[in-house]
Amino acid sequence: MPRAAVIPLLVALGIVFGSVVIDHSESAALPPLAEAYVEMVPRELGAPNVITGILLTYRAFDTLGEVAVLFMVAAGIGLLLGGRPKTDGPDETQPAAAVPPSEIVRNGADILVPLIALFAAYIVVHGHLGPGGGFQGGAVAASCILLLVLAKPEYRVKFAQLSAMESLAGLLIVLLGVAGIVFAGGFLDNRVLPVGEFGALFSAGAIPVLSVFLGAKVGCELSVIIGRFRA
Amino acid sequence: MISQTVLVTGLLLMLIGVWGMLTQRNILRIIIGFALMGTGSHIVIVAVGYVAGGTAPIVDGPVTVANAAARAVDPIPSALAVTAIVIGLAVIAVMLAYAIRLYEAKKTLSIDAFADSKW
Repeated sequence: MPRAAVIPLLVALGIVFGSVVIDHSESAALPPLAEAYVEMVPRELGAPNVITGILLTYRAFDTLGEVAVLFMVAAGIGLLLGGRPKTDGPDETQPAAAVPPSEIVRNGADILVPLIALFAAYIVVHGHLGPGGGFQGGAVAASCILLLVLAKPEYRVKFAQLSAMESLAGLLIVLLGVAGIVFAGGFLDNRVLPVGEFGALFSAGAIPVLSVFLGAKVGCELSVIIGRFRA
Repeated sequence: MISQTVLVTGLLLMLIGVWGMLTQRNILRIIIGFALMGTGSHIVIVAVGYVAGGTAPIVDGPVTVANAAARAVDPIPSALAVTAIVIGLAVIAVMLAYAIRLYEAKKTLSIDAFADSKW
């Protein structure tokens, strides 16, 4: 596209955005659907975090589809980057060998990786009580792998184990969903397990369990993606 | 007022992203422009869900089950933003993988080198 056309296009887009801002007025109350969600999630599902209740029960099928998208991306990146011939040895077209990570980075990674893993586990299991959940915790867990890849050049991501764990987690999510059809109101209904005491760690039915499976699946998928970029 | 500020920030980020995608010639910079546009749209989604004086839709502390509907912001845009972030990450990962393959093909990241598929 010619350079001269960029500025009018941006100006036009700016006018559209500007009209959006001018017409925007802060709402004073929740719309009816949101009000229903905010009322129903703590009462029906027993989860203090309304967003997790929506993501893992009312819209859990959507979340399952989203995890499937992540799986397809991991598979697609494997297809794009996985089967390439190894370019070992000095090659004039390759950039010079990377500078090895410094002492501070290597030792810092040793200290930080267990802490980040612990934090990821905390985020995953407290998804129904506070900010967090499977996606967020899984992303933090994958950042552990990213730190290892950056700090330790000899570290290799174990694709076979990660794929097996990811498939197992996906299978367990679907089984839990089918259990919802049999024992509760529908696919991925969280009330297959007792709702329990409001605000306790083991409460909100199947939401913490789903959160753990989802965290494992997302963490494995993102780790595979990171590992493919390394290889 | 808060949601207007956040909305303007998000829309500006989107504009910067579109500008970056249209003017930059380096594939990595185009991808950064795309990521900026995605981040801007996430901010816009969250800003649209703000309710005056509201707080996070989590029942804790001053927010109780009884008054949650009066105190909380709209949880639906937040839930959709989580979805959008994950899909955006997936798209950017695929774009970066293609960038690696394109670099291997021509040993350059300039978009001008990849004109041969034009009819």
